[in-house]
Amino acid sequence: MNNTYSIQVENLTKVFGDFTAVNGISFKVSKGEIFGFLGANGAGKTTAMKMLIGISKPTTGQANVAGYDVKTQAEEVKKNIGYMSQKFSLYNDLTIRENITFFGGIYGLSKMVIKEKSQKLIDELGLHEEANKLVSSLPLGWKQKVSFSVALLHDPSIIFLDEPTGGVDPITRRQFWKMIYREADKGKTIFVTTHYMDEAEYCDRVSIMVEGNIEALDSPKNLKTKYNVESMNQVFLKLARNIE
Amino acid sequence: MSIILKNISKSYGKIKALDHVSFDVKQGELFGLIGPDGAGKTTLFRILTTLLIQNEGDATVAGYDVIKDYKSIRNHVGYMPGRFSLYQDLTVEENLDFFATIFDTTIEKNYDLIKDIYVQIEPFKDRKAGKLSGGMKQKLALCCALIHKPKVLFLDEPTTGVDPVSRKEFWEMLKRLQKKDITILVSTPYMDEAELCDRIALITDGQILQIDTPKEIISTFPKKIYKVNTLETYKLIQDLELYPNTHSAYPFGEYIHFTSTLPNFEPKDLFSFLEKNQHTNIEVFETSPTIEDTFMELSNTHNQVADE
Repeated sequence: MNNTYSIQVENLTKVFGDFTAVNGISFKVSKGEIFGFLGANGAGKTTAMKMLIGISKPTTGQANVAGYDVKTQAEEVKKNIGYMSQKFSLYNDLTIRENITFFGGIYGLSKMVIKEKSQKLIDELGLHEEANKLVSSLPLGWKQKVSFSVALLHDPSIIFLDEPTGGVDPITRRQFWKMIYREADKGKTIFVTTHYMDEAEYCDRVSIMVEGNIEALDSPKNLKTKYNVESMNQVFLKLARNIE
Repeated sequence: MSIILKNISKSYGKIKALDHVSFDVKQGELFGLIGPDGAGKTTLFRILTTLLIQNEGDATVAGYDVIKDYKSIRNHVGYMPGRFSLYQDLTVEENLDFFATIFDTTIEKNYDLIKDIYVQIEPFKDRKAGKLSGGMKQKLALCCALIHKPKVLFLDEPTTGVDPVSRKEFWEMLKRLQKKDITILVSTPYMDEAELCDRIALITDGQILQIDTPKEIISTFPKKIYKVNTLETYKLIQDLELYPNTHSAYPFGEYIHFTSTLPNFEPKDLFSFLEKNQHTNIEVFETSPTIEDTFMELSNTHNQVADE
């Protein structure tokens, strides 16, 4: 594989019975890029993402993620990516420290490394007082920040973020994006889905999925020029409305 | 007045979910409760729909007291909770029929009210609710909340996790319902939806920060606000944090919204600071604040007061 790309997808397809959820999509994501993966509910985003993170087998087509084939090397893919979703992130009845230890263990890190990484994470987020408290007592915004850091524990080269900021207050949402920028700046590839169209503008490039196909893929600036509108929200409305 | 809250407080153990909340919603008004997760929005809804009893204060809905007249309230309000509330194993039509029967009415009797929305899901009326897409579920839930022709409609984060197209359609439906003289109290974490309401209350940590029309709330923004952009966004964010005269700097789409601590701030000073820090393609120009700018400014002030 050409190693300037973190993700290479070719004709990726997933069929459930007589329903084609993902219809032969192709795209490439460069190393260190922030790539926004947008689409309406039911457009096939989640199905596509599940194939990319190695938990759902493509019906046909190819995808290479972090240098591994998602069909034949799914376990390697999982070891080399980070994943965070809004719906599931941390165990509420474990403390922050216990969560870090647990996920570190799952990723096969040694006790020494886990100890070191836990301290670093807690220092960076300034969570000294909260480290031994149950996660359930943390505000949602903090949970999201901790869970992002936990997804980075094993130093993956790509991080998949599935609606990471849903319901989070506007200030925390921006602090979260600063963490994303920081990681991209370090060379990590970010693959993110969101329903906040202002966040789509923070991405280097975005793709918009409509009914299983990628209808548009470019930088937010170029998309706005192409569709002659002022915001990504309008681009989105134009594309997703046109199919009806 | 359709909804009246006076000094409502509610605690769960040590956590104060609502702290002396007061406001009124007029008959036929589309009123938005805007705030992040954990602000107390759901607790407020549960008190007003008689599912939870407040520790302090009084509230009436459609003229009925939420404690004394709880049975009357239940007949006159529709409630769409944040989490999907329908019976997953019943079909679309069975769900609707079930809710109609509970309220001692029929689908036919109030079909006018839901027709606009129901025709969109009617092709799937024999599908189980659990097998519907997110947008369809949301439409069915709204039909079920409307089938007994309520005077007041409570919608708790109906658009959370919903894509921009479905969100826009949902708000168009609400505008049409409002014309039928239904009072609507709706909560949302999406600040852009605030501008679609007649009036809004900004809420955080169980306290109301401000109540007014979106326009009036924006007009209270205390500072001049500037859009800033350069070629390297991450470096720009970092440098703006180091700039001594920064009051706030938040990403907004492709620009950073910037306010200064100086009352007589000159954009050209920021321009030369950025130039000195090797930025290229620098843009700095004045813009108008949005609801989101105002919310962030108010929550910062609120947090500073809370920390002291």
